[in-house]
Amino acid sequence: MQKEFRKTVGTAEQRIDAVEKSTGNVKYLGDKLITGMLHAKVATSTEAHARIKSIDTNEAWKVPGVRAIVTGDTFPFPIGPILADRPPIAFDKVRYYGEPVAIIVADYPYQAKQAASKIVVKYEKLPVVNSVEQAFQEDAPIIHEQLGQYTKIIDNVYPVPGTNIASHIKIRKGQFGQAWATCKDTITATYSFNLSDHAAMETRSATVEINPDGRVIVHSTSQSPFTIKKILNQFFNIEVGKVIVHIPMLGGAFGGKGAVQLEPLAYLASSAVGGKLVKLQYEREEDMMTAPCHIGFNATVKLGVNEEGKLLAGQYTFLIEAGAYSDQAAGITRAAALDCTGPYHIPNVWCDSYCMYTNHPYATSFRGYGHPELTFAIERTMDQLAKQLNVDPIEFRLLNAIKPGHSTPTQSVLTENNIGDTAKCMIRAKELIEWNGNQTTVTENGKIRAKGVSLFWKTSTTSTNAQAGAVLLFEPDGTVKLSCAAVEIGQGTKTILAQIAAERLKMNMKDIHVTMEVNTQYNPHQWRTVASSTTFLAGNAVLAAADDAIRQLKKIGAVALQCSENDLEVGNSRVYLRSKPTYGIDIKTICLGYKYPNGHTVGGQIIGTGVHVQRQLTEMDKDTGFGDPGPWWSVGAQAVEIEWDEQNYTYEILKAITVMDGGTIINPMTATQQMRGGIFLGLSIASGESFEFNDKGVIQNPDFRTYQLMRFGEQPKEYIVEFVETPNEDGPFGARGIGEYGVIGAASALANSLSSATKTELNKLPLTPELIWQTREVGQ
Amino acid sequence: MISFDFEYFKPESIDEAIKTFSSEWKLGKKVVYFSGGTEIITFSRGGKLTVDTVIDLKGIPECKVLEIQGDRLIIGAAVTLNQLIESNLFPLLSETTRRIADHTSRNKITIGGNLMSQLGYREGLLPLLVADAVVTVANQTKIEEIPIEKFSGSELKEGAFLTQIKVPVSNLKLPSKSIKRTRTSKVGYPIVSLAALVHEGKIRVAFSGINSLPFRSTVIESILNDKKMSDQQRIDKAITKLPSTITDDLLASKGFRQYTFGKMLIELNSVLEEKL
Amino acid sequence: MISSNTRKYTVVSLLVNGVSHDVMIRSADTLLYTLREQLGLTGAKYACGNGDCGACTVLVNGKPMHSCLTLAIESINDEITTIESMKHSDIRSAFVANWAIQCGYCTPGFILNCHALVNEHPDADDEIIEEWLKSNLCRCTGYQEIKDAVKSVLEANKLKAKENSNLAQ
Repeated sequence: MQKEFRKTVGTAEQRIDAVEKSTGNVKYLGDKLITGMLHAKVATSTEAHARIKSIDTNEAWKVPGVRAIVTGDTFPFPIGPILADRPPIAFDKVRYYGEPVAIIVADYPYQAKQAASKIVVKYEKLPVVNSVEQAFQEDAPIIHEQLGQYTKIIDNVYPVPGTNIASHIKIRKGQFGQAWATCKDTITATYSFNLSDHAAMETRSATVEINPDGRVIVHSTSQSPFTIKKILNQFFNIEVGKVIVHIPMLGGAFGGKGAVQLEPLAYLASSAVGGKLVKLQYEREEDMMTAPCHIGFNATVKLGVNEEGKLLAGQYTFLIEAGAYSDQAAGITRAAALDCTGPYHIPNVWCDSYCMYTNHPYATSFRGYGHPELTFAIERTMDQLAKQLNVDPIEFRLLNAIKPGHSTPTQSVLTENNIGDTAKCMIRAKELIEWNGNQTTVTENGKIRAKGVSLFWKTSTTSTNAQAGAVLLFEPDGTVKLSCAAVEIGQGTKTILAQIAAERLKMNMKDIHVTMEVNTQYNPHQWRTVASSTTFLAGNAVLAAADDAIRQLKKIGAVALQCSENDLEVGNSRVYLRSKPTYGIDIKTICLGYKYPNGHTVGGQIIGTGVHVQRQLTEMDKDTGFGDPGPWWSVGAQAVEIEWDEQNYTYEILKAITVMDGGTIINPMTATQQMRGGIFLGLSIASGESFEFNDKGVIQNPDFRTYQLMRFGEQPKEYIVEFVETPNEDGPFGARGIGEYGVIGAASALANSLSSATKTELNKLPLTPELIWQTREVGQ
Repeated sequence: MISFDFEYFKPESIDEAIKTFSSEWKLGKKVVYFSGGTEIITFSRGGKLTVDTVIDLKGIPECKVLEIQGDRLIIGAAVTLNQLIESNLFPLLSETTRRIADHTSRNKITIGGNLMSQLGYREGLLPLLVADAVVTVANQTKIEEIPIEKFSGSELKEGAFLTQIKVPVSNLKLPSKSIKRTRTSKVGYPIVSLAALVHEGKIRVAFSGINSLPFRSTVIESILNDKKMSDQQRIDKAITKLPSTITDDLLASKGFRQYTFGKMLIELNSVLEEKL
Repeated sequence: MISSNTRKYTVVSLLVNGVSHDVMIRSADTLLYTLREQLGLTGAKYACGNGDCGACTVLVNGKPMHSCLTLAIESINDEITTIESMKHSDIRSAFVANWAIQCGYCTPGFILNCHALVNEHPDADDEIIEEWLKSNLCRCTGYQEIKDAVKSVLEANKLKAKENSNLAQ
């Protein structure tokens, strides 16, 4: 395909938010200080599973400045995005340590905190379900007795009453049983890891004010402004039009700010003080223990090959740890099932993906939505099976890589257009890591060097009617204001959308002014800023809006230039004759209407509008999973080289390589930022992060002292990022989503390299020196 | 965010500090001395500590001294870890304290605060234990010198506070080594931390992390100095002579601590061997 | 002796970015809280409240300090520098030029720490850079671009110093 000349798409335009962020001027939500604002604090459960016998608020009321105390009986109804199973404030029973049991509203934050510490709750303890494996046992204590009565908010969720299964998703493709029996070689392996945390640097917060006319004004650190409107409408009976949600720029999100938890709490708090402005901001410990976290995972994978080493059959049993409530874990359970094979062609697939309740903090979406987790299991199995077959793990992957013409586990047919080039990514990653056939080498000082690879894929599992809108408003000077509800969470989305607008309008980037904050009152609807969907959905909406504006500009231009609209072109902030570009008119003289010499004016402000909605997606069949759940599959390969110290069991990450096919890359530098940052996040989680629970289900490491993120100097010594650009005809300028993808193969590539170095199969996370030692020397 | 209120005093002499403590204490208040204050602030924020009165020692000249006076290095209790490290008057102390917390925190954490920490690590103590340091403690009636090993083993009397640490100059520049192992990140509490020096041809070593409290053990030292045994024999014997049971917690299991302890002793031996 | 009775608020002076400000504080208020809530200097961020992440870093007498682990009352004789006074610093420009910013929440703390680092250690090697910057957490970038930013300023300063000494000769 001939590459057309492009003005800005494909160029590393500087991020439009960088300068403001570097000077500390950006106002994140916590930075907006309003005199007279009241402050809320949650009092939280000190038991992981117990019945609430009584709540004594007397001592708390004695703290000066306390204005209200709200408990669960104020709103004893369960809410949720997929399955409505969670009362905003615990009612009747608590299901995790750290669950809100009361909200205190006071004049100052310290008063609210003091009062929260004086709430006395009497509990009747219940047996604690402390692991996903325990939850799955038939005689396990039941966490949700009313599971059968909960309202389903979306279709694809299948709770099993009388168990701790919040949802059971099935994939049945081909004839697994028959195929398995004919396999020449097979492998079965089990993988697991605990819940962990998003750990965005900005903790979650929300403010709510209820105007006397009934308008509810919400400010939140959320990726889902329109979901907040939906939830306040669905569960609190507020008219949709009366809920106004503002979202400033976010200090990181990683999926953790897609969930709606604080807004209903702040709403109840504001209601309790007559609608006054109330702010609820979590301290770090609350952000880790009370707010939703990253799923835990247990997977058993069975793979079988024929004589040629081609995969014939795959069986996958996923226990997705949701914690106390299903939230997005129910959606992740589905997402993990529909991509369960990884990017491999397997004709016979059987998958049971279970969303499991435990008495741990509840989980929500995390960058990758189930895929980093399933990829860890798949890619470790691929390495172990290659070893068993005595073939090179990369050759084994290439032999089985999925291609156009194949179908996914849900039997979606793949085409040149809807999937990237998996093999090409793998081959390039192989060159970049200087693959030497899985050989380890020993350095001069006795350290062992090893390499590991991983393929990955993911579709964007949005709702089937997910959409975004965009509005382009022309200013008197001919520049353009771009309004849309994409949330800037650090990924650079506003810069990308400005580039897309500038490209289609053939204008300069500096003439596109993007509204950085989201205000649901003014911005058109957008599903959410999650699922690597914004470049695709909002980008296409911007294109449609630009086309609309161009039509209008040509129409008014034709009047001014006294010619046919069809003869006109728009570019360089002018409308001009295609055949004679020097004959034209500046946009600034027509974008608020064209004024004739006598003063008569025609036209008016140019306002281009556009929307884009997912096309022809379907729900999955309950019994087989059959359906078209996603618009496209972005694919890629990652590779890691490590140096391991056999004496101390410590290791350094030397190289982290990502080769990804995300279609056309709009901005190579922001894309590179996403890939580096993605693999870094994945390596940080894989190497050291995990919530540790005691036997009572209490998190033992709820702060950054004890829950350790990767620090400066511990990151890979070198990051290499490259893109393969197989265009996606449906995407803006051929782009697919890329935001989440850098994280997906990180854990598996790291585990593969360490398994190779240590000659031990490492099938758990996080890969701490102690875990490796335990596995190798003690055998668990 | 500290949810309770306290009163804050910053006296300018030892005497003033003692008197302030005494008068506040007599009113039935809970009083704490505050140096870097990092632990007091974090504990107070986390609800692990409530106090009525805080007495900041950073205004007391004696607590800010850092210099050699005669045959002793004098270190004021309110000297920050970074001041110690940058002065490098006692290299083993620099090397050891350089692994406490992070660089920015070390601009706030003081050596006195580290020695008085409620957490069981107190890695700043290790070099002092092997270098025959003494500390001066001020109380109601007097300022007294206490050998470091006595100080480390007991709580201070109510109202008393650490003012200075004194280290014999002759012990400052001996061959030495500090080793620390953590769970993952270099910044973090130790699985095991040790500080050792060679004194008159013998290894002296103090440990933190392996037991609930830091210690120096002459029994273990004599095992480590017994050249008749192999590395492995010394490790096997040393492990049986720890003052208390090996810590088993989130940072590391008992087994991995024991393994790490052994590897560290081998490393220590190889580093110090040529210096013996 | 400085003392502060907290049952009533105490008014004290803080010297911030070269200007003296009267602030009303509880003695339990952290410097972070006071800078933000009393002076509106919101560039220093709350992120862990525990001295573990560096998002609240300010300079106290030129040295990086976790303002969440510092009481405002402790700082009344100190010179405090916040991100709001760093508009013209080389390190700030270098963060922009090197793509060292994504969500931006950790950025002010990093910039102040880096600023102090290049001032105090014009010849900083990788070990010193690592020791200093381990005090700040970033969840977005993977640190490579931040390292590039610091190194670019160190290199530029060395070049400037060399040019100056050449001129002097």
